[in-house]
Amino acid sequence: MFYRQAGDFKTTYRDDIQTFPLKQDRWGYYIVLAVAFLVVPFFINDYWTSAVMLPFLIYAIAALGLNILTGYCGQVSLGTGGFLAVGAYASYKIMTSFPDLNIFIVVLLSGVVTAAVGMLFGIPSLRIKGFYLAVATLAAQFFLVWLFNKVPWFYNNSASGQISVPERSMFGFAITGPNADAPVRYLFCLTFLVLLAWVARNLTRGRLGRSWMAIRDMDIAAEIIGVNPLKSKLSAFAVSSFFIGVAGALFFSVYLGAVEVGEAFGITQSFLVLFMIIIGGLGSIFGSFAGAAFLVLVPVLLKNIMVNWLGWPTDIAVHIEFMVVGGLIVLFLIAEPHGLAQLWRLAKDKFLLWPFPH
Amino acid sequence: MSPDVLYTIEVILNGLMAGVMYALVALGFVLIFKASGIFNYAQGVMALFAAMTLVGIQNGQVPFSHLINAIFGTHIHHFGWQLPAIVAILLTVVVMIIFAILVERLVLKHLVNQEPIILFMATIGLAYFMEGFGDLMWGSEIKTLDVGLPQGASLALEEYTLKWAAEGTEYYGMYLDKLDMVAALVALGLVIVLSLFSQYTKTGRALRAVADDHQAALSVGISLRKIWVITWCIAGVVAMVAGVMWGSKSGVQFSLSLIALKALPVLILGGFTSIPGAIIGGLIIGVGEKLFEYSIGPMIGGATENWFAYVLALFFLVFRPQGLFGDKIIERV
Repeated sequence: MFYRQAGDFKTTYRDDIQTFPLKQDRWGYYIVLAVAFLVVPFFINDYWTSAVMLPFLIYAIAALGLNILTGYCGQVSLGTGGFLAVGAYASYKIMTSFPDLNIFIVVLLSGVVTAAVGMLFGIPSLRIKGFYLAVATLAAQFFLVWLFNKVPWFYNNSASGQISVPERSMFGFAITGPNADAPVRYLFCLTFLVLLAWVARNLTRGRLGRSWMAIRDMDIAAEIIGVNPLKSKLSAFAVSSFFIGVAGALFFSVYLGAVEVGEAFGITQSFLVLFMIIIGGLGSIFGSFAGAAFLVLVPVLLKNIMVNWLGWPTDIAVHIEFMVVGGLIVLFLIAEPHGLAQLWRLAKDKFLLWPFPH
Repeated sequence: MSPDVLYTIEVILNGLMAGVMYALVALGFVLIFKASGIFNYAQGVMALFAAMTLVGIQNGQVPFSHLINAIFGTHIHHFGWQLPAIVAILLTVVVMIIFAILVERLVLKHLVNQEPIILFMATIGLAYFMEGFGDLMWGSEIKTLDVGLPQGASLALEEYTLKWAAEGTEYYGMYLDKLDMVAALVALGLVIVLSLFSQYTKTGRALRAVADDHQAALSVGISLRKIWVITWCIAGVVAMVAGVMWGSKSGVQFSLSLIALKALPVLILGGFTSIPGAIIGGLIIGVGEKLFEYSIGPMIGGATENWFAYVLALFFLVFRPQGLFGDKIIERV
């Protein structure tokens, strides 16, 4: 009824190729942005920020990164936890070595460092693919975690082996450390998410993104029509790792504040982010958001129901959470292999014609 | 012989034993991969689940007791009996068979003809589900598993090797775990039984036919679904053997499911489609990581066993992408 293509005329090529071709979509996007930036910060409290909002924003960045690599370029990676750790430790080292550097730049630089490491571990992808590559990325996961555990230089010889974030601020507001306010931390992460999502969206519909998708669909055929596999695969690894590195830096500095590498960046993180993009939808920007939101919210919801309402012990709640998440993965793969993003697309298609069936 | 040489031999022998344990897990992977083209990530969790079930049945634990207690406010935990190991093992086999049938009915049937990577992710989901399910059913505390396998160091070997060292040097004999030796024998037996089964029985032939070519097997009247159930049953039993061995070695606990990850580089070395490959891959990884830890580990801080296998596999892959014994990968547009 209200959601229609009719009457939305495109008179220039620019109009024709824009990201949100429908007027309603565009306005919906602006409204979501406005609410996220102007309304939410005034209403969130500490609980909501640290239980829901920050994990969602940060995991969404990581999911975007992994989706670029796995969803768009078809290279399965189980090394996400390791790359998150690289981002976190890079930000820690940069922060402690250059105390005057702006925190915004620190986070970006950690992304750059992670991109370099990601490219290094992406080199084998030129020879191997599929499961074999997934196992090769496990090497990155375990080696990196071991490295950050064993070499004292990375954690500045601190006695506990932990890294904890020094306080940094921007425009007079503390962003990291114990004095940071919830809305400030939220806005800082949100800014990164919006920026990076914008970059990801525009990269994936441009030349580079098309070369990634060509490689994903069939790498030999892509090579024959002139896509350079070296360039596309390594650039996918670099961009993806940049995103994951930024997520790792935020995860450590803004969200947790202090981390121990084996706990915070273990193999479970790699699987969690992978699950997000499966449930959300491989090869979809919206899917990364939907998957991250889903997997952040489901455990919070389950925990609230089982522990707070029914009064069950926490360990039972954790076991059931595992079962529900695992069951959902299988269910999604059976019922809708393209994830929440596809459901959203189908719903929109239906709604365009509503109330008529055809 | 000088003690250094003897130590090295000891490290190699221990590596071989550890390799056998990895190979036991890898064997289950290869079986399922050959029969259905599914890379079953849940193999490690299956081993954990089987071991937990075995302990639970043996000690007469009430399944889901924690959940029942939480809902109804009761305090039940044990039936109060102790079953002999052999009965418990047979009952566990029955549980694994039921599990195989359920997996086929509820998951695999609906995922026929999907891409391999989708199937792989489905088994990751399955692994998560089973992990939660197993913990909910039997409780998540560390359990000791005792089915009467010998434990501790082999004293006879220690005494025997004592004489090998050169006169006047300090040497206390070789240390080898009895359990590891039993595991090696069991693995050997398992491989022989499996290869006899697949060579000389009708079902075994059907299994090989399916592994060769799904469609051709279907067209000569082999039921794919039946074969899949059988493979998952066998893989379940292999998982149980691996679970029993690992469980008696280091206790039944969550980290048991992580040996599945260790089996991945083993598979890469051996190739996904070769049973001897799984064994030899396991041995190479076992010896490699023990030798590396012994020779280079102390210089770079130790605990290299966490990652050495993966890095070795990574380098190996770059030169031989299909593994030592795997089928050559041919790609067409």
